[in-house]
Amino acid sequence: MKKVFKHTLIASAISIGLVGTAVAKDLVVVSWGGAYTASQQGAYHEPYMAANPDIKIINDDSANGAVAKLRAMQEANNVTWDLVDMVAADAILSCDEGLVDEIDFDTALAPAPDGTPASVDFGDLLVSPCFIPQIVYSTTFGYRTDLVGDNPPTSIADVFDLEKIPGKRSLEKKAINNLEWALLADGVPADQVYDMLGTDEGVARAFAKLDTIKDQVIWWEKGAQTPQLLADGEVVIGSTYNGRLFSVIEEEKQPIAMMWDWQVFDLDGWVVPKDAPNKAEVMEYLKWATDTQRLADQAKFISYGPARASSAPLVGKHATLGIDMAPHMPTDPNNAKNTLLYNFNFWADNVDDLNERFTAWLNQ
Amino acid sequence: MNTDLAQSNVNESGEMITADGVPLRISLLRAKKRARNRALLLVAPLFLFILVTFFIPIISMLFRSVENQVVGDVLHRTVPLLQQWDEHGSDLPNEEIYAALAEDFKEAFENKSAGSVGRRLNYEQSGFSGLFRSTNRKARKLEPPFKEALIKVDKDWGDIDVWRVLKRESGSYTLSYYLAALDSSYTPTGEVYKNDASNSIYLPLFWRTLWMSLLITVLCLILAYPISYLLSTLPIKTSNLLMILVLLPFWTSLLVRTSAWIALLQKEGVINDLLVAIRFIGDDQRLTMIHNATGTIVAMTHVLLPFMVLPLYSVMKTIPPSYMRAARSLGATPFTAFVRIYMPNTVPGIGAGAILVFIISIGYYITPALVGGQSGTLISNFIAYHLSSSLNWGLAAALGTILLGAVMVLYIVYDKIVGIDNMKMG
Amino acid sequence: MSSTEPLVRFENIQKSYDGQILVVKNLNLDVDTGEFLTMLGPSGSGKTTCLMMLAGFEPATHGEIFLKDQPINRVPPHKRGIGMVFQNYALFPHMTVAENLSFPLEVRNMDKAERETRINRALDMVQLGKFGDRRPAQLSGGQAQRVAVARALVFDPDLVLMDEPLGALDKNLREQMQYEIKHIHETLGVTVVYVTHDQSEALTMSNRIAVFNDGVIQQLAPPSALYEKPDNAFVANFIGENNRLLGRVASVDGNSCRVDVDGGGSVIANPINIDGEGSRTTLSLRPERVSVRPDPDSQPNIFDAKVEELIYLGDHIRTRVGVCGHNDFVIKIPNSSDHASLQVGDAIKVGWNVEDCRALDASD
Repeated sequence: MKKVFKHTLIASAISIGLVGTAVAKDLVVVSWGGAYTASQQGAYHEPYMAANPDIKIINDDSANGAVAKLRAMQEANNVTWDLVDMVAADAILSCDEGLVDEIDFDTALAPAPDGTPASVDFGDLLVSPCFIPQIVYSTTFGYRTDLVGDNPPTSIADVFDLEKIPGKRSLEKKAINNLEWALLADGVPADQVYDMLGTDEGVARAFAKLDTIKDQVIWWEKGAQTPQLLADGEVVIGSTYNGRLFSVIEEEKQPIAMMWDWQVFDLDGWVVPKDAPNKAEVMEYLKWATDTQRLADQAKFISYGPARASSAPLVGKHATLGIDMAPHMPTDPNNAKNTLLYNFNFWADNVDDLNERFTAWLNQ
Repeated sequence: MNTDLAQSNVNESGEMITADGVPLRISLLRAKKRARNRALLLVAPLFLFILVTFFIPIISMLFRSVENQVVGDVLHRTVPLLQQWDEHGSDLPNEEIYAALAEDFKEAFENKSAGSVGRRLNYEQSGFSGLFRSTNRKARKLEPPFKEALIKVDKDWGDIDVWRVLKRESGSYTLSYYLAALDSSYTPTGEVYKNDASNSIYLPLFWRTLWMSLLITVLCLILAYPISYLLSTLPIKTSNLLMILVLLPFWTSLLVRTSAWIALLQKEGVINDLLVAIRFIGDDQRLTMIHNATGTIVAMTHVLLPFMVLPLYSVMKTIPPSYMRAARSLGATPFTAFVRIYMPNTVPGIGAGAILVFIISIGYYITPALVGGQSGTLISNFIAYHLSSSLNWGLAAALGTILLGAVMVLYIVYDKIVGIDNMKMG
Repeated sequence: MSSTEPLVRFENIQKSYDGQILVVKNLNLDVDTGEFLTMLGPSGSGKTTCLMMLAGFEPATHGEIFLKDQPINRVPPHKRGIGMVFQNYALFPHMTVAENLSFPLEVRNMDKAERETRINRALDMVQLGKFGDRRPAQLSGGQAQRVAVARALVFDPDLVLMDEPLGALDKNLREQMQYEIKHIHETLGVTVVYVTHDQSEALTMSNRIAVFNDGVIQQLAPPSALYEKPDNAFVANFIGENNRLLGRVASVDGNSCRVDVDGGGSVIANPINIDGEGSRTTLSLRPERVSVRPDPDSQPNIFDAKVEELIYLGDHIRTRVGVCGHNDFVIKIPNSSDHASLQVGDAIKVGWNVEDCRALDASD
């Protein structure tokens, strides 16, 4: 009897304790779901919650179309998200529209271990005053090693060379990247690509180059499509995000290899919605989650490069596969011989026009 | 006695009155009002629900297709002054207007509102987004004379066409979204012209949406008619079993269903493998049946088939077998009896099914997005694109309004030809 | 009507739907030209099946049907040239009355003038001359019925089949239509095979009635013979009102027999359908053939009876008495000026003639 009483007491005490922790702050973090959210969970959320028991991070996988949802929330005056993961172009757009807050990088973010201020450590990758980059990912090519024979593709020109690489290829169904690659393959020097795309002749030249392979292209819209098309043998070569190719090569062991020539770097990172419900807690979390070690930790879970220069040397082995991650990073010197950085300002001005042209061209 | 009684039912003005002296007409109205109020109360929840979840959003979306207040709101000093500036001349606006613009930018910097105006004007002419962003960055440092200062920040401020576009789109309402939706544009001075083929998307897409929806409707009808006939003539036990097969597409997850179609139709898929195996086609001649219009048509016909079968079935179920027998006994061959007697009696079902399938397919977007490729996407895919990716909600609203208008026109045409009362869901 | 060869002949017709039960058992029936023959029977007796076989909508399982001496088992319905009126009229709802009538003429490729003449004649025949432009939905039940009859006759068939055509009408209209159909038959001289379960309808209209039960024709005879001289207990019971006394044959003597009734008493009866001495039998006696308080010497069958119930029906008084141990014995006493006035509970004598009391097969 006494024992039962004692247990009841303990149980009550525990439940009171639970009620106590339930007062903890819930941070709603919006990201892409799947492997990407898992990598953030492993590298950021779980360690942070372990260290800060009064914070609970809730994952919301609705980053697809997040700008539209943010705009709708803002119009309804009911912002429920605390932190949102976005690609840089969307972050710039949200920033233009005033949907997200500007951030003072040097005060809000931790300096590098050697004391370098955050603004210098991130450097050129700070493409918008509202956007804290996490990773550098690249859009690049994978090809079927068994279907290309002894003559594997080595350059972007090979993608446009139907004689060297016959068969279907998959490209993303939008203007971005494809127009740049078309001009590069047509012999335009990298530093003139965007100037050229600013002119009607340049755009026409890019489309003319794309015309040469148009009937051999399957156009993808979701990052998972090219890996699937490659695995099915529906295409010989195709563009997609490098992380997707990593998992289909290393985790699923498909006969696929990377072709890094003129990979296009893009950024993915955090924005803080205007009127986020838990601003103070989010800023504290961000300072920790974007420090040098944390960004390097994320690369243990997914093959995207950390956005801080100081994180690169800290990148280690894959958390479950145990393979060295550095050679799989788009930023690895061996992979990054020819790279193009997505020109955010150019595309912010021209995305509507060129996508329209692109769609019209597709339908011709 | 009788005349007394009759008189007591009529008041001085000759109106019929009830036993308690209230005029009969008023008493009847009262009784009816009670019944009407009760009916109103019963439908009120649904009415409110539809109002809040359907009509208000639709009206607000329709409103968005012409709404253009952001320019005038943010540039509230510049816009009124611009009205005096002659956009047909060759002179840039005067210093006063530049000063107003600089003031507006300083205020916009505080409110973080310059970007949205830039985005809005960028739909009219590429470059506005960058122009507003770069100007906004340096808004605080602008010093008179503002004309030189602004042109120094971005040389586009010295381009008269930029000012022409700004003036044209400074009103509270605009038709430019509709122009864009109809593949037309303004010249900077405001003349409308038709885009050339390399920039025309939406009109061809509207046509494609219409003919593909029509084709899907016809295919559904061709496939559904015999199966509905079979179902309606079979004993109920067997027909229920077959009905389950018909309804199966409703019950499978969209992604499962779509993946199944991809597995079946792709180049290395089941059908191509089969055709190659029976030597019907060579291994290098595999057919492209998915990620194009064929894929969309096949998958959507499959998805929408039940919408055709159900009304057809329920109408056929009500056609007594004696009609056909009567026709036969009157001397008609089975074919004549079917064509002249049975089919006309199924017209209400055909009408209901066709309208249902057509209207659903005209606004369908998930299946075409997944299996449509570039030749199998429909207008709704672009509405979705402008809603969720490009964020050009005005254009999305304009496209949606045009689609709505097209559906309504077709509905009226249908009403004129077939008669809407002649439609029967069951 | 005519003594020439029959228009229709059923020869050894058997029909089964499921291969186990015969719904029509070895049917032999001749229908004479110009005759109005009714198939009468309870539902499930096989009468409608016979009609459907004749129309061609059901194949005979065994046997042959002849129309004008030609076997028609393999002739499809539309080539048989038989008019038919259906239970629910089966007017085509999408056509006007005139179009309905025109349909059989159009499929016979009749020219327009001829069609109009015939349609008008047929509509006049059923007194619906002005209804040609109406739709079936705009007609009353009686009008629709007339149109159905007109349509079945408009192409001058030799034979018209009617499948319970008046079943959906109310009583008054039904009686009126019976006379109309009878008159049309008499005027046109067309042969009619009529199916009904309503015996008074059959008696009113027919030249001959075939009483169906259990897939067998129980009796085929003109209405008066059927009523006056039923061949068996089923027919006696089915046609008109009938008193049944069950008993056993005690002796047979030429034109009469003695039957010991189960409830007591011995009745002299007219032996029609008995198996000889000792067999069970059903005595059949029409209520109007029983006399109350008869002259004691006039009839051999005089019994004591007790009045149980009196129902006043205007032209006659329906009197239920207990006699020979049967409590459901009904007597119809005409409401004549000199009719016997009875009270419930009266003990009276009742009697009947030997010829009127028919000894039939034993029923259950």
